Amino acid sequence: MATPTLDKADAAGTPEPGFADSPYITATFRIRRFNPEVSAEAVWEDFQLEIDPKERVLDALHKIKWDHDGTLTFRRSCAHGICGSDAMRINGKNRLACKTLIKDINPAKPITVEPIKGLTVLKDLVVDMEPFFQAYRDVMPFLITKETNEPTRERLQTAEDRERFDDTTKCILCAACTSSCPVFWNDGQYFGPAAIVNAHRFIFDSRDDAGEQRLEILNDKDGVWRCRTTFNCTDACPRGIEVTKAIQEVKRALITRRF
Amino acid sequence: MKIHKYDTVIVGAGGAGMRAAIESTKRSRTAVLTKLYPTRSHTGAAQGGMAAALANVEEDNWEWHTFDTIKGGDYLVDQDAAEILAKEAIDAVLDLEKMGLPFNRTPDGTIDQRRFGGHSRNHGEAPVRRSCYAADRTGHMILQTLYQNCVKEGVEFFNEFYVLDQLITEVDGVKTSAGVVAYELATGEIHVFQAKAVIYASGGTGKFFKVTSNAHTLTGDGQAAVYRRGLPLEDMEFFQFHPTGIWRMGILLTEGARGEGGILRNKDGERFMEKYAPVMKDLASRDVVSRSIYTEIREGRGCGPEGDHVYLDLTHLPPEQLDAKLPDITEFARTYLGIEPYTDPIPIQPTAHYAMGGIPTNVQGEVLADNTTVVPGLYAAGEVACVSVHGANRLGTNSLLDINVFGRRAGIAAAQYSATVDHVELPEDPASLVVSQIERLRSSTGGERVADIRRELQETMDANVMVFRTEQTIKTAVEKIAELRERYLNVSVQDKGKRFNTDLLEAVELGNLLDLAEVMAVSALARKESRGGHYREDYPNRDDVNFMRHTMAYREVGDDGTESIRLDYKPVVQTRYQPMERKY
Ligand SMILES: Cc1cc2nc3c(=O)[nH]c(=O)nc-3n(C[C@H](O)[C@H](O)[C@H](O)COP(=O)(O)OP(=O)(O)OC[C@H]3O[C@@H](n4cnc5c(N)ncnc54)[C@H](O)[C@@H]3O)c2cc1C
Ligand code: SF4
Ligand code: FES
Repeated sequence: MATPTLDKADAAGTPEPGFADSPYITATFRIRRFNPEVSAEAVWEDFQLEIDPKERVLDALHKIKWDHDGTLTFRRSCAHGICGSDAMRINGKNRLACKTLIKDINPAKPITVEPIKGLTVLKDLVVDMEPFFQAYRDVMPFLITKETNEPTRERLQTAEDRERFDDTTKCILCAACTSSCPVFWNDGQYFGPAAIVNAHRFIFDSRDDAGEQRLEILNDKDGVWRCRTTFNCTDACPRGIEVTKAIQEVKRALITRRF
Repeated sequence: MKIHKYDTVIVGAGGAGMRAAIESTKRSRTAVLTKLYPTRSHTGAAQGGMAAALANVEEDNWEWHTFDTIKGGDYLVDQDAAEILAKEAIDAVLDLEKMGLPFNRTPDGTIDQRRFGGHSRNHGEAPVRRSCYAADRTGHMILQTLYQNCVKEGVEFFNEFYVLDQLITEVDGVKTSAGVVAYELATGEIHVFQAKAVIYASGGTGKFFKVTSNAHTLTGDGQAAVYRRGLPLEDMEFFQFHPTGIWRMGILLTEGARGEGGILRNKDGERFMEKYAPVMKDLASRDVVSRSIYTEIREGRGCGPEGDHVYLDLTHLPPEQLDAKLPDITEFARTYLGIEPYTDPIPIQPTAHYAMGGIPTNVQGEVLADNTTVVPGLYAAGEVACVSVHGANRLGTNSLLDINVFGRRAGIAAAQYSATVDHVELPEDPASLVVSQIERLRSSTGGERVADIRRELQETMDANVMVFRTEQTIKTAVEKIAELRERYLNVSVQDKGKRFNTDLLEAVELGNLLDLAEVMAVSALARKESRGGHYREDYPNRDDVNFMRHTMAYREVGDDGTESIRLDYKPVVQTRYQPMERKY
């Protein structure tokens, strides 16, 4: 196992968060590595870094990649929790690496970083997102209206009607919820929480006319009834969406046919 | 190598790319190549809103919007283009609403609007409510809505495909677009896309700065690809520094925070913008506010032990208002700074934000080969392009507007064009440039590291060509960039594999950043005046006699293979607005 150590001079490239007095600490990152071009087996590898605990886990991954091991592979883009690229399992919980500060995950012990579960690992922390996006596309995630003549101005919507589905519009399709769901781990056919969240976003939009169709899709054997209300998804969501509540609302709408 | 044939190829799936794709997929066989999954694009980070004179909450009209855009751009704006932007804004917003975008609503149920920097009623009288918004995640909602509609229209995406080269074929002596070459991240395979029309919508280039609101992936790949093929880049010296980035990190806190009543304060608690912009105060245009912040810092009124930032104060606003209107940015302060914005002011500093310059186009999105000649089959829209609707300084909320108005225009124009022509022949050995570039990087044993060069580049750019520039600092940057370009030839990567080789692609991206940084610095050196985002301390005034013109930078290769930059200039299109002094 390689255990390279970073010194402070190396830390220049990544911005330090806004605390002048923060001391550097030594932290160990234990990362699940997999590269089928090299070996069919995944292995754990340890990296020791001197790092400001107020930095993000993503900063630590960058330090490793940029200064020690360029082969370490992960997705990322925005670095502030808005693009949904970097969901991973950090100390056994699904989180965005760019939204997780090192000080908040007990850096006294080795910090484990693994790919999210239930989707095929392609290399290191990169998984195949296609099945996830397929489930999303299957719920018809777009506004469908019956009106034959488009209005010339905007459709009207009261602030209350707009508020009704506000929570589920926040989704960034990061897959943290779906890949934390034990039902999804056991059966990849299950739509998974993220697809249901995105169906909810339209079912409860007063401007949409295809709620019934979407409910029928989710009434399927791989649909909403598979949910066992474990709340893993709500805990995992980096956008603070009440995922389980949204799923419950869809279930209730299926029973009452009111939404 | 694989060869694909499409009518229209779009490079990029941010707001501009997807808005174009919705139009062009309806009219022509279209492929969208994007290095990120569409919903990862940085349009999703936009917070504040999208401008349109809907007049839903107070009197407004598109002519006032046109004027503000031109004035905001310090009269370097092409006025015909600004008029189109402001006029078509109204339909652009209404179209998004019809596509499903959940805008915030007024008590009447219409789209709500709020104030934003530089947008005024009646030519500067007072701030006006023109920004249409969805909380402080307007860009997120635009990106999601456009992606949803792409799914609906069955748009064909090639995700995690990096376009690395533009193919040009001479047809009767005219440089004509023949397609693009792309690198597939998952497999390392190289793909040639032959297309009748190509639209670049690949976004900005902020990553050559260190403190920036831009994503890691905003590395100017599109600008670099066409520039390397001898096409010009326009107004690259104009970069916007947004006043309110989180101190040291650069993460953006929207101007909407000031639109909602937030106030900038120095270490004495003084509302210093009253001194610099008596009418618009904290909502003056961004270049003015960024310079004011640095003036405060330089004159010793900055906050913190090193006096290197100021405060954005939201503490006087009711918590309910912050929760309803600014939930995301208040959470950024909590997550990244451990600060509670209800009770504590937020440390901020200007952050590199937006490229006003880019690939020159006309108002149909057609790319220009010089001041007047169009490159048949080549289009650009969004932050990668320079129409120029933003001139020397873009107004807040005008970019989300730009990507929708000109994304749509480019999508329609490209598809209509591809319906009327045949494919032009591909150049011989079309992938050769990319193949050799990749092979060189993969097999190099040189001792230089990508991360070191990128760090030095970013530090040089922050130190020398940011908010304040002088001949001296720009020259320092030019020299340093030249040195870094030299060292880049010795760069090597550790990952030699084919699958998901992001190590390799970061090296490619760095090459693009170096090229574009050089263009920016050289263009800035030649512009001996101050205008909008380009502020020269040695030439503090605007000089309309010599510099009311666009810079056009061309890459020249001498007979001995040496590269240089040739600068030329293009007149500004002026219709009805005479340049005036800019006061806020
Ligand atoms: C934090 C932040 C907040 C902002 N807020 C506002 C606001 O409130 N209002 C406003 O009007 N403007 C705002 N802006 C500006 C505005 O959001 C952007 O200018 C705009 O979204 C750019 O859109 P785009 O489609 O041109 O590019 P992007 O959304 O950046 O998309 C670029 C696309 O190109 C692709 N791409 C890049 N390189 C390649 C390549 N080599 N090959 C293939 N594909 C490639 C990427 O995958 C991506 O899909 C903000 C900007 C930032 C950074
Ligand atoms: S609901 Fe939350 S966790 Fe699930 S995909 Fe959306 S943002 Fe990610
Ligand atoms: S990098 Fe965008 S969400 Fe983390």
